[in-house]
Amino acid sequence: MYTKKKCIGCRTCVDNCPASALSLTAGGIRMDNNRCTLCGTCAGVCPAKAMELSGTEYAADYLVNEIEKETIFMDQSEGGVTFCGGEPLMHPDALLELLRQCGERGVHRAVDTSLFARPETVKRIMNETDLFLVDLKHMDAGKHRFYCGVSNELILSNLRMIVAAGKETIIRIPLIEGVNADEANISRSAEFLSSLPWDTKIVHLLPYHDIAAGKHEKLGSAYNPDSIPMATPSAEAQERCLSIFRSHNIKASVGG
Amino acid sequence: MHTTTAQRAPESASNFAPSAEANVYGMNGRIKRLRKESFDAQPSLSIERALIETAFYRENDGKYPVPVLRALNFLEICRRKTIYIGKDELIVGERGPKPKAVPTFPELTCHSVDDLHVLNTRDLQRYAISQKDIDAYEREVIPYWNGRTQRERIFGHVPDTWRTLYEAGLFTEFMEQRAPGHTALDGKIYRFGLLDIKERIAGELKKLDFMNDPEATDKQEELTAMSISCDAAIVFAERHAALACEMALTEKDPERVAELHKIAGVCRRVPAHAPRTFWEAIQMYWFVHLGTITELNGWDAMNPGHFDQHLIPFYEKELAQGSLTRDGAKELLCCFWIKVNNHPAPPKVGVTAKESGTYNDFTNINIGGVKPDGSDGVNELSYLMLEIAEELQILQPGNSIHISSRTPERFLRAGCKVIRQGHGYPSVFNPDAYIQELMRQGKSLQDAREGGCSGCIEAGAFGKEAYLLTGYLNVPKIVEITLNNGYDPLTGKLASIQTGDPRDFKDYAELYAAFLRQLRYIADQKIRVSNYIDRMFAKYAPATFLSLFIDDCIARGKDYYNCGPRYNTTYIQCTGLGTVTDSLSTLKKHVFEDKTFTMDRILKAIAANFEGDEAMRQTILNRTPFFGNDDAYADSIALQVYGDLFDAIDGKPNTKGETFHLNMLSTTCHVYFGKVTGATPNGRLAGLAISDGTSPSHGADTHGPSAVIKSLGKLDQVKSGGTLLNLRFLPSLLKREADVAKLASLIRSYFALGGHHIQFNIVDAATLYAAQESPENYRDLLVRMAGYSDYFNDMNADLQADVIARTEHQEF
Repeated sequence: MYTKKKCIGCRTCVDNCPASALSLTAGGIRMDNNRCTLCGTCAGVCPAKAMELSGTEYAADYLVNEIEKETIFMDQSEGGVTFCGGEPLMHPDALLELLRQCGERGVHRAVDTSLFARPETVKRIMNETDLFLVDLKHMDAGKHRFYCGVSNELILSNLRMIVAAGKETIIRIPLIEGVNADEANISRSAEFLSSLPWDTKIVHLLPYHDIAAGKHEKLGSAYNPDSIPMATPSAEAQERCLSIFRSHNIKASVGG
Repeated sequence: MHTTTAQRAPESASNFAPSAEANVYGMNGRIKRLRKESFDAQPSLSIERALIETAFYRENDGKYPVPVLRALNFLEICRRKTIYIGKDELIVGERGPKPKAVPTFPELTCHSVDDLHVLNTRDLQRYAISQKDIDAYEREVIPYWNGRTQRERIFGHVPDTWRTLYEAGLFTEFMEQRAPGHTALDGKIYRFGLLDIKERIAGELKKLDFMNDPEATDKQEELTAMSISCDAAIVFAERHAALACEMALTEKDPERVAELHKIAGVCRRVPAHAPRTFWEAIQMYWFVHLGTITELNGWDAMNPGHFDQHLIPFYEKELAQGSLTRDGAKELLCCFWIKVNNHPAPPKVGVTAKESGTYNDFTNINIGGVKPDGSDGVNELSYLMLEIAEELQILQPGNSIHISSRTPERFLRAGCKVIRQGHGYPSVFNPDAYIQELMRQGKSLQDAREGGCSGCIEAGAFGKEAYLLTGYLNVPKIVEITLNNGYDPLTGKLASIQTGDPRDFKDYAELYAAFLRQLRYIADQKIRVSNYIDRMFAKYAPATFLSLFIDDCIARGKDYYNCGPRYNTTYIQCTGLGTVTDSLSTLKKHVFEDKTFTMDRILKAIAANFEGDEAMRQTILNRTPFFGNDDAYADSIALQVYGDLFDAIDGKPNTKGETFHLNMLSTTCHVYFGKVTGATPNGRLAGLAISDGTSPSHGADTHGPSAVIKSLGKLDQVKSGGTLLNLRFLPSLLKREADVAKLASLIRSYFALGGHHIQFNIVDAATLYAAQESPENYRDLLVRMAGYSDYFNDMNADLQADVIARTEHQEF
């Protein structure tokens, strides 16, 4: 990732790139994605950290050690650790190891997931998880496939499974005007949720924002390349969605 | 400079009420009017005290022993000074002839004609004075005090080695301009009147043993002076009673006539006798406060201590009797609050007259905390006082909440709700930490529990201790001096001892050893002169009125400045821990370990203020472990520096049979110290502020507030007499109710780690930029400085930039 604001134009990255993928232009550093091998040399030599490698690999032991540093704050606020993503269930073995180690240390564990994973995986993770935060993006299988690339069937059946197992679960809905904020979808969501043997009954509505645009800029990639119309729902629309959930005895709030 | 300000200002402006509505602050018409009058009053200089004092000294100097002379001088001022009772006032008394009129103290330091002109004309922190008064000062006051002031005595003595360091900006000296102060009271003035105290003094005088006690004569002089000081304050109060009666004769409004008679009755009762009512109790404290700041000009004014705990018996009694309501109590407290705001700090002289300081005189109301028996001290008045602080929004008095492990969550949350208003108060203290600090210094458990923090952040045993701050130590400058083998690169002069050319140091240990030698030498120079000055005050400027209220001055027959108090602490405040840690970390890692740069290259870059080597500066800023990130590498350096500061200061004898202690406070001095310090190895450019208190360097803490707290928590803060942590949050971070709980738990977490103090600036950069561009719209914008809040518009551009540069914490 490249942040132009930080760049001092010293050419250190250009001179050190083994793949000759970088050049200094009037508009800052330009990266040739075809040549770049993601070796990270530029990020290592850039004095201003204008070049950064997104994402860092940690060993589980190291990460647990870092988590343990925060226990004072968890003790005082009854907090814990949340594993999120991307999609944490894409790395089930590492995740399971971290969950187990946190559990041994008495740290409260939450997993923030789309639940798009094999049922066996979810089952393994489930036993070492105290709280699930689950995204519910669209109730219509076709629309779900259109926006997310996959159907929602697996997700809904996994959700049914964790709820049936008595796992504390909070549902999070990214609320997007033009995509899923319509009354029909919200009503269907509420009906589906209230049909589950679900004790937690908490829904967080997360109104759409375009903060990711900034990151795409840093990556040199396009944000929303297909120009799908998406917008933040109005306050009234948000209120309408909340009341639908509340009429189903579900505690719904904006944010969270 | 900030082109986006115009668009950004409106959305943030709602954080602060615009000043046009300044008169809306207050619970009722009276408080609104008094608040507006106080807010709008232009601080001015009054030469009345100087004229009375000069005439008195011309007539009487040499006729009496020094303590008696000082007490008679105080009596003369109380007899002759103008008495002021404002139109709506319930609590009465001003140090000057009207609100915000500040007297001078020529016996300590005498303003020159130039000083007075500068004060009258400078843009910031102006003190108005008429040409007529300047002429009178030149004619009557200045000639007499020439050669007789404390300041001249002090500068006549100091050795060249001290002066060289002082002029290079390695430390400041509080007492060259003002008297030692820093006092807060316990509850005794609510149980005893000055007549009771006079009786005690008479008893002590009778007990004097001239057969066996070689100090009996000195004690007799001091006790006699104390007794005269009681008379002075009683006369002062009686004159208010007389004026109130006189005003009642011509007053048309029958309600006000009744109030004036009430005021007269209160002023006849206190301070001569112990107060019986809530009103009398507040007026009692106020007369004692005024006496203390009229007698001398102590560095920080005066502090009632645990005011909520002192007043609660009066409040509960009267509420039960039906003679007081909650609103009535609140109105009286508001009147008191405004009284404190009417008293800006007396301005300095000389070069410092040009530099603006602050109007704030650091009266800090301690709210909450623990009782002397260790139980929770929060009561209904604690909540009431928070309410007042939130409503009035004035500069003074400062206020702080004291959160022990026993403090109810409700009170902490109530405090957090005021914090999120963004005025920089209350600051938050941890009694569980400062009680340990005070006990480590030798206080009894009960005295420690009755203690708290006065002024900024310094711990003291209220009503029993003289805890004198002597000045700030510029620790980053010590690093600079070390890197220049004792020379000050800004002047090219040899300022300190020579500890070797750093290019010859083989390893980090050699560098650190040189730093340590410099530190010890410089601290010793400071301590030597502090001890000299201590005796100057004991001999020439005893505080015979203040001594009445601090145990055990009367029992010992000794002055507040002369071992009278039960505890006598001398503090040196060390600044710039973040800058020093980050600088040493840079040298250790990049020069000695990774060999990224040679010592020669880094020294040349620093000398050139990093010009031409921005890549080096960026490497340092981005690839060095810095303090405040819960990083073991950097934090271990901070721990070592902190420990060595402690060793260089703590335990060094003062003149009172006790010792110096370490304090980690910078107030605004980190800005001045930054100006006299060149670029530092941590990438800080020349002239920019050094880090404040024990906070991380500006922008060095990149891992969020929890990492800052973890780093600070590693310091054994109990060894100090106070540390200071500044965190800045954007208002958006504290918008929701749930966020208040998060803030509360952040505070609890820090205190569980042994933190002494934490304060918050809840203000966004857009608001600050907008305030810079249109100051008139942000007259009320209070921001947290260091241990106190100040008006953003009263700060010079450097201080403003410093506030903006503090890291904005965007998330917990």
